[in-house]
Amino acid sequence: MNALLTIENLGIAFGGLKALEGINLNVARGDIFAIIGPNGAGKTTLFNLVSGLYPPKSGRITLDGEDVTGLPPHQLARRGLSRTFQNLQIFFRMSVVENVMVGRHLHENRNVFAHLFGLPSVGRQNRTTHESALELLSIVGLADAAERPAGALSYGALKRLEVARALATEPKILLLDEPAAGCNPVETEEIDAVIKKIAARGVTVVLVEHDMRLVMKISNRIHVLDQGRTLAEGNADAVRSNPAVVAAYLGVKGKTELGLAVR
Amino acid sequence: MAEFLQFAFSGLTVGAIYALIALGFTLIYNASDVINFAQGEFVMVSGMTAVFAAAAGIPLPLAALLAIVVTVLFGILLHRLAIEPARGASPVTLIIITIGASILMRGLAAVFFDKNFHSLPPLAGDTPLNLGGAAILPQSIIVLIGTGIIVTALWLFLNRTLMGKAMLATAANRLAARLVGIDTSAVIGISFVVSALIGAIGGLLATPITLTNYAIGTLLALKGFAAAMLGGMGSPIGAVAGGLLLGLLEAFGAGYLSSQYKDAIAFIVILAVLFAMPQGLFGRASIERV
Amino acid sequence: MTVHRFTSKPYMVVIALATLVLLLPLVLPSAFYLRIAALVFINALAVIGLNLLMGFAGQVSLGHAGFFGIGAYAVTLGPAYLGLPVWASLIGGAVFSALLAFIVGQPILKLRGYYLAVATLGLGLLISMVFTNEADITGGPNGMEVPRLVVFGWRAYGSQTWYWISGVSLVIGAWIAVNLITSPTGRAFRAIHDSETAARVLGIDVPRYKLLVFVMSAVYAAIAGSYFSLFDGFVTPDTTGFIRSIEFVVMAVLGGLGSILGSITGAAILVILPQVLTVFHEYEHIMLGLIMIVFMIFLPGGIVPSLAQRFRRRTA
Repeated sequence: MNALLTIENLGIAFGGLKALEGINLNVARGDIFAIIGPNGAGKTTLFNLVSGLYPPKSGRITLDGEDVTGLPPHQLARRGLSRTFQNLQIFFRMSVVENVMVGRHLHENRNVFAHLFGLPSVGRQNRTTHESALELLSIVGLADAAERPAGALSYGALKRLEVARALATEPKILLLDEPAAGCNPVETEEIDAVIKKIAARGVTVVLVEHDMRLVMKISNRIHVLDQGRTLAEGNADAVRSNPAVVAAYLGVKGKTELGLAVR
Repeated sequence: MAEFLQFAFSGLTVGAIYALIALGFTLIYNASDVINFAQGEFVMVSGMTAVFAAAAGIPLPLAALLAIVVTVLFGILLHRLAIEPARGASPVTLIIITIGASILMRGLAAVFFDKNFHSLPPLAGDTPLNLGGAAILPQSIIVLIGTGIIVTALWLFLNRTLMGKAMLATAANRLAARLVGIDTSAVIGISFVVSALIGAIGGLLATPITLTNYAIGTLLALKGFAAAMLGGMGSPIGAVAGGLLLGLLEAFGAGYLSSQYKDAIAFIVILAVLFAMPQGLFGRASIERV
Repeated sequence: MTVHRFTSKPYMVVIALATLVLLLPLVLPSAFYLRIAALVFINALAVIGLNLLMGFAGQVSLGHAGFFGIGAYAVTLGPAYLGLPVWASLIGGAVFSALLAFIVGQPILKLRGYYLAVATLGLGLLISMVFTNEADITGGPNGMEVPRLVVFGWRAYGSQTWYWISGVSLVIGAWIAVNLITSPTGRAFRAIHDSETAARVLGIDVPRYKLLVFVMSAVYAAIAGSYFSLFDGFVTPDTTGFIRSIEFVVMAVLGGLGSILGSITGAAILVILPQVLTVFHEYEHIMLGLIMIVFMIFLPGGIVPSLAQRFRRRTA
């Protein structure tokens, strides 16, 4: 089994409330892996644990064969894990391209003394970083907005900016937290295309998403959470036909929605 | 033991004043996210006004009332002329405005009054009471009782009146408060009035013991701010606890360790507390949601 | 807030500043004005450092006068007690400030917002208290005489000399600041300001960069402090006090956080204004307070960024 990310028996509690308990999952290299579940199921919490923002109470996280449990986010970034955020975490005082340039941090020369004295190498570095940032922006369709202040972009565009910024770290695995939330159908289509492009570049994608149509369409494996526990896992068909998922999570109304998504 | 009691009492007395200033910080902070560095000036304006009114022959109770009215007026003016027009500016900008207001009020006091130290006659004479071997000034007891009354009154105001509840709601969640129809702008105005009122009474209580002059506000603001942070920003109980604790730390530090470094001792303890509890003693620990 | 480009535009500020420093003596009518200009430059140097910390990395300090004071006292204590030459004491003061910032910064910078403000305030107060209370060494509240700076047998004194020393230092300080903010390190600072969470996830070692900018700003303050006391010839604990810390913050915010030109403007206003206002004598504080309030109401983003934005809107 060629698992890139392995989670074993992962759990965390906030003030006695068990937010996640006994989660096990394997994300294989090249997967587009979706995590779904009703509000409060613990999807974002799971991302926060995997990306090192919260320390887990129990369990083990293995990334590319290495135990990374409890490592801080910047160390995980070094090992090839990056993410986007459900609540946007944009650098609003920067231009669009600068946001992506920050993502190149790990691949830049970080010698402070060179920076202090503005050595010519820093200028060259800035130009290469700028170029690669522009390239990433064109992948998400934002090349034209490169020099605008980040705050001037629409919500959907900001979502794609976060994707470009995360890609700039050259991750092996990218966690996307509700990339299509709050996006109109056109923007959702754009996100869909972007995710496919990312996967085509060889990046493994894990996404949390509410838009079932999107999930069923692009992911090859789906993990269902409910109230902090695993409810089911499988491919789109298996999850769709799993009675527990339909009953506990989607309900009657969801069934029709799910039905629609099939067609 | 007598010595201990002596230090404890003087610590509590000073601490009560810090607590009142910290309360003022907390109320305004909860309503608006602004740290009002002119909070100490309320104490100064009230004390100075009372002193000069009394010197002009106005009977003490009337002078005290006048002092309260003048101070609250300053609170209203500060809100109306300086904070309200800058609505929507970042907290740091608003803080600079309150620092400007503090310098302005200090300047006004220096011009209208003078630059000397003044005192008010204590309410209950100045024969010290003997309590377990410690000599306690009657005014100290008045300060403590007065602070107790203010804290109780504030608690009643916040929990029993509609306006008070609106203030608590605004503190808890500003957007939600606005959505249920609370005029959050009026809440900010009221918070300035109440803070000025608390500062004014604090000034009247403290002046017989601590003396006053045009420049005392800065140091008081600094101590009140430190007390508010020690207790946990935004928590009224924390403000009172933080104020009293800061007063006690200073008194015991000065008494048992070094009077020169009493402020240092207090701040070292504050730093130690903050490292152990980064949200202060009573602050809400928050998990960052992303 | 201004949007900073990585292009050469920020360097225009450095070039303009260098030109100003070069040309100003031709216009200033007397040594008195050179003296004030030198004071502006010295304050601006400290404020640029503070701006790196507050305006770019978004970390508050209400205790920077402490580092300023360490620099100010280093050049008197070094020669008096350690027999060091003044220039070596100046460097020593900067190194000591850097070390102190490095040691204290590690725990302090874990705090956020107002909690960080009160911790830095406490730090500044502690430093100031040492200078006040250790009267046997520092002369206590009465202060100390400061020896002259001597470099290769040349004695630096007088307004004109200090105009050039502080002016050139300011240009270098501004140049280094601009180098930094247009580099990957500067982008890391600004990222931390906007979203620490995103910065961490992108691989930025946030505690390390916070510590770096804190140490740098302490060095700026210490050097400015040394200049200040060398220029003045006398140093008292007021140099290190809370009021001065607040003054630095006011200069940075009034001029505009996140703008190097703003730091210089803010320093210029707060140094020159009291000089102008001495005409009004008694009313100096009233006027100063009023001006601060009015400026912040009408130019809430700080003078330079707010005016720049208005100008851009008009031309656009």
